[in-house]
Amino acid sequence: MINLASRDILHAWGKFVFTGIGLGLLIGVTLVMAGVYRGMVDDGKALLDNSRADLWVVQKDTLGPYAESSSVNDDIYRSIMLMPGIQQAVNVTYLTMQVRKEGKDVRAMVVGITPNTEPTYPGWPPYLVSGRQITRSHYEAVADVKTGFQLGDKITIRRNKYEVVGLTRRMVSSSGDPMIFIPLKDAQEAQFLKDNDAILQSRRRVEGNPVFNQPGIPNLLEATLAAQNTNSYVNAVLIRLAPDFSSEEVAENITRWKRLTVYTRIQMEAILVGKLIATSAKQIAMFLVILAVVSAAIVAFIIYTLTMDKIREIAVLKLIGTRNRTIASMILQQALALGFIGFIVGKISATFAAPAFPKYVLLTPQDSIAGFFIVMLICTLASIVAIRIAIKVDPAEAIGG
Amino acid sequence: MSGKGIRIEGLKKRYGEGNTAVYALKNVDMQVDAGEVVGLIGPSGSGKTTLLKCLGAVIDPTEGRMTLGNEVIFDNGWKVRDLRALRRDKIGFVFQAPYLIPFLDVTDNVALLPMLAGAPNEEARKRAKDLLAALDVQHRANAMPSQLSGGEQQRVAIARGLVNRPPIILADEPTAPLDSARAMAVIRILNNMAQEFETAIIVVTHDEKIIPTFKRIYHIRDGITHEEVGEGRNIE
Repeated sequence: MINLASRDILHAWGKFVFTGIGLGLLIGVTLVMAGVYRGMVDDGKALLDNSRADLWVVQKDTLGPYAESSSVNDDIYRSIMLMPGIQQAVNVTYLTMQVRKEGKDVRAMVVGITPNTEPTYPGWPPYLVSGRQITRSHYEAVADVKTGFQLGDKITIRRNKYEVVGLTRRMVSSSGDPMIFIPLKDAQEAQFLKDNDAILQSRRRVEGNPVFNQPGIPNLLEATLAAQNTNSYVNAVLIRLAPDFSSEEVAENITRWKRLTVYTRIQMEAILVGKLIATSAKQIAMFLVILAVVSAAIVAFIIYTLTMDKIREIAVLKLIGTRNRTIASMILQQALALGFIGFIVGKISATFAAPAFPKYVLLTPQDSIAGFFIVMLICTLASIVAIRIAIKVDPAEAIGG
Repeated sequence: MSGKGIRIEGLKKRYGEGNTAVYALKNVDMQVDAGEVVGLIGPSGSGKTTLLKCLGAVIDPTEGRMTLGNEVIFDNGWKVRDLRALRRDKIGFVFQAPYLIPFLDVTDNVALLPMLAGAPNEEARKRAKDLLAALDVQHRANAMPSQLSGGEQQRVAIARGLVNRPPIILADEPTAPLDSARAMAVIRILNNMAQEFETAIIVVTHDEKIIPTFKRIYHIRDGITHEEVGEGRNIE
């Protein structure tokens, strides 16, 4: 038996191909949207993976350090180190800001790491693509290649200049901003650094306050002023567990004795995916639904138009004895062919367009397979109207009158 | 009547019920034997198209009896169960416009019917090509319908109507779009095919040029048929 659908497609291939391309671009946008969501999740996971921590110790009752601000004393890690099950504990700060270079600026997450530890410690960039790790206590930086910085570049963070000594890759915040690693002390200073006028005003206020400026206690004023201009806080303490210790057990111990909040890897992932990007995910889901509805409407309209153009031929086919299911199958196959062409065009366009997006777009094979079946389902549903019309065509229409 | 041909007795077709009932066919009696070509003529609204639809098994008559060969296909409300198969295997159609399937080439337009009846593709195509050769359009076997002239299209449509060797062919104004020479050629082909395939052919027409060629003519007026002897003019 002749395949009527393929013959019709070959006969009107231009119409099918151009419609398929149009539909494909829409499917491509849909795949990219799904890829943006996957990219956001992957950015969050990369942030956690690259920190190489088993536990995050943060300010009590906060969702820090990524979802909320968190401050803990920078010496708390010493007492944590003494607790059972702790292999490594290091301070870390995170600060999202504009990092400048020669008049241009890049949005980046500045990470303060402890330079007098080994690069194998949590918080450090796990690998470099060029250059070296930070070795000095001040004014060196390792930047993600996505910042566009090169080795030897001088970048400005607040009032200080840093030399880029190493480049890393895929080190991003949960919102996709590239990371720049600098020594912890510099990061602490950058986090709370006031401008000169503010410092002057603050000194005047303290000097004018008789509580702090007591002639009978000569060092009180100096100590108060010094305390105001130093930052002894970090955002979190990252912990690597010793072998054979469970993260829940150690986390409970720290929570109980240090009165801090501790998150395990699973909890931190839940915060990042479930809270930090939840709104964006819903937004993307809404777009995906709208795009699916628009795609279905386009396929339905095209198949409906193609079927209406063939009403007389369908009547003739029915008059000469063609089964309804043969005609329905022809329309369904055409809808599926349109979807197939659209999916191929969409997949190719999404693959080529994804790297051009400023945010990480992760196109997974699973999403492509699911997308293919969803497109086929949409095309099947979209062909129902045209099939109903074709089945209702009266063979008598082929005979005049 | 031989084993082939069609016989219609007391056929009626009513549209609507009660006070709004209208009889499109009031009393139709016809008999067309195998190998015979008869004309069916009548003014607009006389019931020609309704009769053609009843004969073509696309609408059900209200009363009467239709016999195709030795098989009763309608008898006062009873009808053959599978009308689709009846149309496919026992009735050939030739329309005013050829209505060829535009996305199939000439051979497949003709071969589609035997394929629908279950014939293997190769056998169906061979039958189609043989018939196209008999109708002198074998040289356009691979062409698409849009590449054919009007006369060629009509000959392909005739081949499609004949390919399953149906006992009856219903031709609805088959010469309407053609000039005199081509119209006569089509009538000649229908006569030859009727003889060769022992097919009964009913030609519905208004065409004054071809009416004298019929040996028998059925006039239909207000849903009632009247048989007349035609001129049977030689068309060779």
